[in-house]
Amino acid sequence: MRVPYKWLQKYIKVSLEPEELAEKLTMAGLTVDVVETLDPGFSGVVVGQVIALNPHPYADNLLICQIDIGSHKVQLVTGAPNVSKGQMVAVALKGSKLPGGQEIDHVSFRGIASEGMLCSAQELGINTSLVSPEDREGIISLPADSVPGTDVTAALGLDDIVLVLDLTPNRADCLSIINVAREVAAITGTPLQLPKFTTRETGQKAADLINIEIQASDLCARYVARIVQGVHIGSSPAWLQACLRAAGIRPINNIVDITNFIMLEMGQPLHAFDYDCLRQQQIVVRRSKGGEKLTTLDEIERELDPEMLLIADAAGPVAIAGVMGGLDTEVTAATANILIEAAHFDAASVRRTSQRLGLRSESSMRFGRGVDIEGAAAAADRAAQLMLELAGGQVAQGKVDCYVRPYQPVNIDLRPERVNYLLGTGLTPAVMKKTLERLHLPVRLQGQPPVLTVKVPAYRGDITQEIDLVEEIARLYGYDKIPVTLPGNITAREKRTLAQRREEAGREAAAASGLTEIITYSFIGPQILDQLQLPIDHPWRRTVKIRNPLREDQSLMRPSLLPGLLGVAVHSAGHRVMPLAVYELGRVFIPSGELLPQEMLRLAGLVMGNNERGWDWPAGEMDFFYLKGIVTNILSRLRLGDITWEGIAEHPFLHPGRQAAIKAGETILGYLGELHPDVLTAMDLPERACVFELDWESVTGAMPSKTDYRPVPRFPAVERDLAVVVAAEFTAAAVSEVIKGAGGTILQDHKLFDAYQGHPVPEGYKSLAYSLFFQHPQRTLTDVEVNISIERIKTALKKKLQAVLRQQ
Amino acid sequence: MLNKIKIIHQAALEKIEMAADSKELESLRVQYLGKKGELTRVLRGMGTLVPEERPQVGRLANQVRQELEKALQAAKAALGRRERAAKLAEETIDVTLPGRPLNRGYRHPIQQILNEVENIFIGLGFDVAEGPEVESDYYNFEALNLPKLHPARDMQDTFYISEEVLLRTHTSPVQVRAMEIRCPELPIRLIAPGKVYRRDNEDATHSPMFQQVEGLLVDKRVTFGDLKGTLMVFIKRMFGEQFQVRFRPSYFPFTEPSAEVDMSCVNCDGSGCRVCSHTGWLEILGCGMVHPKVLAMSGYDPEKVSGYAFGMGVERLAMLKYGIDDLRLFYENDLRFLYQF
Repeated sequence: MRVPYKWLQKYIKVSLEPEELAEKLTMAGLTVDVVETLDPGFSGVVVGQVIALNPHPYADNLLICQIDIGSHKVQLVTGAPNVSKGQMVAVALKGSKLPGGQEIDHVSFRGIASEGMLCSAQELGINTSLVSPEDREGIISLPADSVPGTDVTAALGLDDIVLVLDLTPNRADCLSIINVAREVAAITGTPLQLPKFTTRETGQKAADLINIEIQASDLCARYVARIVQGVHIGSSPAWLQACLRAAGIRPINNIVDITNFIMLEMGQPLHAFDYDCLRQQQIVVRRSKGGEKLTTLDEIERELDPEMLLIADAAGPVAIAGVMGGLDTEVTAATANILIEAAHFDAASVRRTSQRLGLRSESSMRFGRGVDIEGAAAAADRAAQLMLELAGGQVAQGKVDCYVRPYQPVNIDLRPERVNYLLGTGLTPAVMKKTLERLHLPVRLQGQPPVLTVKVPAYRGDITQEIDLVEEIARLYGYDKIPVTLPGNITAREKRTLAQRREEAGREAAAASGLTEIITYSFIGPQILDQLQLPIDHPWRRTVKIRNPLREDQSLMRPSLLPGLLGVAVHSAGHRVMPLAVYELGRVFIPSGELLPQEMLRLAGLVMGNNERGWDWPAGEMDFFYLKGIVTNILSRLRLGDITWEGIAEHPFLHPGRQAAIKAGETILGYLGELHPDVLTAMDLPERACVFELDWESVTGAMPSKTDYRPVPRFPAVERDLAVVVAAEFTAAAVSEVIKGAGGTILQDHKLFDAYQGHPVPEGYKSLAYSLFFQHPQRTLTDVEVNISIERIKTALKKKLQAVLRQQ
Repeated sequence: MLNKIKIIHQAALEKIEMAADSKELESLRVQYLGKKGELTRVLRGMGTLVPEERPQVGRLANQVRQELEKALQAAKAALGRRERAAKLAEETIDVTLPGRPLNRGYRHPIQQILNEVENIFIGLGFDVAEGPEVESDYYNFEALNLPKLHPARDMQDTFYISEEVLLRTHTSPVQVRAMEIRCPELPIRLIAPGKVYRRDNEDATHSPMFQQVEGLLVDKRVTFGDLKGTLMVFIKRMFGEQFQVRFRPSYFPFTEPSAEVDMSCVNCDGSGCRVCSHTGWLEILGCGMVHPKVLAMSGYDPEKVSGYAFGMGVERLAMLKYGIDDLRLFYENDLRFLYQF
């Protein structure tokens, strides 16, 4: 809401500077976003009236104008297409300065002297959306009542300041300059001066001229109509144009400008119909019948649905109630008789219609938030009187006021102790009464314990219950004066749950293992699922879909964290930020058949590129085993024992020979693997990358609930090496299994320290070398014991894996 | 005889001092103190002395022997030190060569700020609650005094999954769920951190996904003054004691009275700059007393209990704390950005 300072001053003589008032309004809950200076910063530009126009003798597209600038006449040459005799124009004479810094001088156009220039809105730094379309193409036309020789800044009302309010939705009342003035009065204690007027009625009886019927009384509680006959459509006087422009509305003609002025002044949206276009002098307020259409003022044909409220005449729709009027009944230059509509439409209905049609207007914005039903008649009266004054004609006698659901006055009881209880203050009932009275609310203080009974005026639709009055007192008293305290009564409740602590432990474990935490959007696009080579029936294809996404690539809730990781990989590769080693712990979304989808936490990571080489170390590829080491480390930090890795080929986005299921016992925790080359190609990734994804619930499910202590061995361990040659198809896990099974209790651990294929190992075989660690908890082992264990291992390897042993 | 011993003593000491290495010291030891050494030989000749002289010569010889042994030992130790020092000098490295890198991971700045905020409120006695990111219209709006077609729904442009299901626009539904579950337990004292979604195009200050921390306290006799106190403590712990805090009336459908909380600008200390749009103040959170309707819908009697609620954007806190000017950086996940935190 734009509040021009001069306009505000019509109703309240504030002595504060605009900035001071802005601060006070902000601290009382009407946030002032900007204090805007209208003056665009030109100087020396004066009003002139065109008294003669002649063609330029040597140039077809130029005109020579004789212009009266009050003190004398000047001659100017212009190329503007919209100059006409009698027109008021903005004249920049020698020495004038324009906002861009340009200084005007005498010039000559093809031999004809020009003593300055005629200015366009753009040259004067005026927002061109606030001038007529014709003026946008040429020079700016000034109001007809401008005085030649006076300063254009004043003639256009640009010597003003606007407070731009960012209103909260509850304060619909302040979409009216008068109601902002009420607020200013309450804050500053300055008296309010509301406009006084009487409507001079000399025409026929309004009731004889129009018949009004409200069929949808649930959606229209009141419909006031006034008729003004014999008006002359023309442009508005300077003061009215200035008010509207300062408020951000383009002046159109005197009738439309008056309806807009009243809307801004009093908060009541008005509509002016061309009375003669209303068929059979009939107005019907009803819901649309199926299949109706209406071309609105913006020249767009709208299809109306049966829930939309319409204004119709005897033949069909003429306006969409509270949203926009129809083109056919628009006030035009030919209009002589006006029907003024001041109605009250249901807020939710207007909001719904406005949303359905994608059509927002100053009117729908006000009706949608709530309009003062009691103010409708006064708004119609004031509009009729202003039309009489500015457009001539006669106001028909009386008005047609269909007030089908009259306003029920609201009386609210406010308990002073309730105010002090909620605010932590110690205000007396008398102070509270005075505070509310500053808002012009009638208050009675009575009873024991005392109660304040407040009569709420219709324009304060936001005050419906006691708590609303508590708020009024709090904001006018001043939030800064409410004493600062701290709540007591601390609970013994667990501050972070076990699940929350484990989640944080997971994040820390991943970071400590060399992965950097990322957070990606929870939504993805369908194309990534194709890039991942997922078949049509893949489970990830069943996603939770957003109905109204901003972009297609943000239209599905992610079924996996992988797409987000890949997005970061693409970004990193594009910016050559390598190597990349990242993780994310976040939710994925799976359709569930219930109202809400299933949300599951996942931990996923990606590595790509090489660890940098250095002066005494080589570059290290972040390959499958690098990432496997990281995941092993993470799981071991989370105290998961007995993780097994199983070669699989089920994930279409991973290399078929380089992917593993990660298992704890029989539970599959997730997968790890190298991205399929087709995925790399589809995503334009230059390097191989490895990824993993773990189901967090499965991981935490496998975490031990407590830590078991085992004694630290006191007796020395014996280390022996053992090398075996086995057929290449046997996995390292299979060999380990045999070693562990045969080693007996004294075999504490075994570690693979070398794996080799190629000469001299025969084709189809591989050589694996292990360090074996033997230890006994109660004594030092003898060589004999160790040898027996090794022999058992060797025998088992030979028998089960046909291994050939290479003695160390 | 005494003189002879003295001469040997003097000569031996000189030679020991001159010795260049441990080998030479060993041969000196043999030369003077060995079985056939000079001093030993002198002592063997004691038989030729008169008995009265013997004790005197014996004493001197022993004394000289001890002194020479001591000198030899000292010289040996000194030599050892010199040799080791020479060896260590050879082993000198260029300490300015880079160390071998360890791969460490960094925590996302938003997650760090979240942890910081959580820890401050845990210190103030709050617990941490969570809830679904895909929510029902009921919990996200209706139970918060925001019926369908309420004008205030425009304040939060919403992503919908269906007519009744949406992406939560704030973490307030977590509070409603907690009240429903815990009612009539008192006090309720929780914060609800998490991701929220609004249908805003990405720009320097907007993102369709961002993170919030909301808080709720419901108990007997909770006042607006308590709300002010709690948030002042929070802001001062988060940013520093030097900042001013002000409460400005505002409107949220689920709280009344409601306030926006501003702190003095972190950049210009309140004198006005680009960061604070020349106002000297930065808006950092919204808050208010829980609306009686919200309390009642969750099962509490608003006549018997009261409460306050507040909410803040984590990205905004992080931007102010670190001086970041573009919110998009948080979700672009560029390592050159993440490695700074």
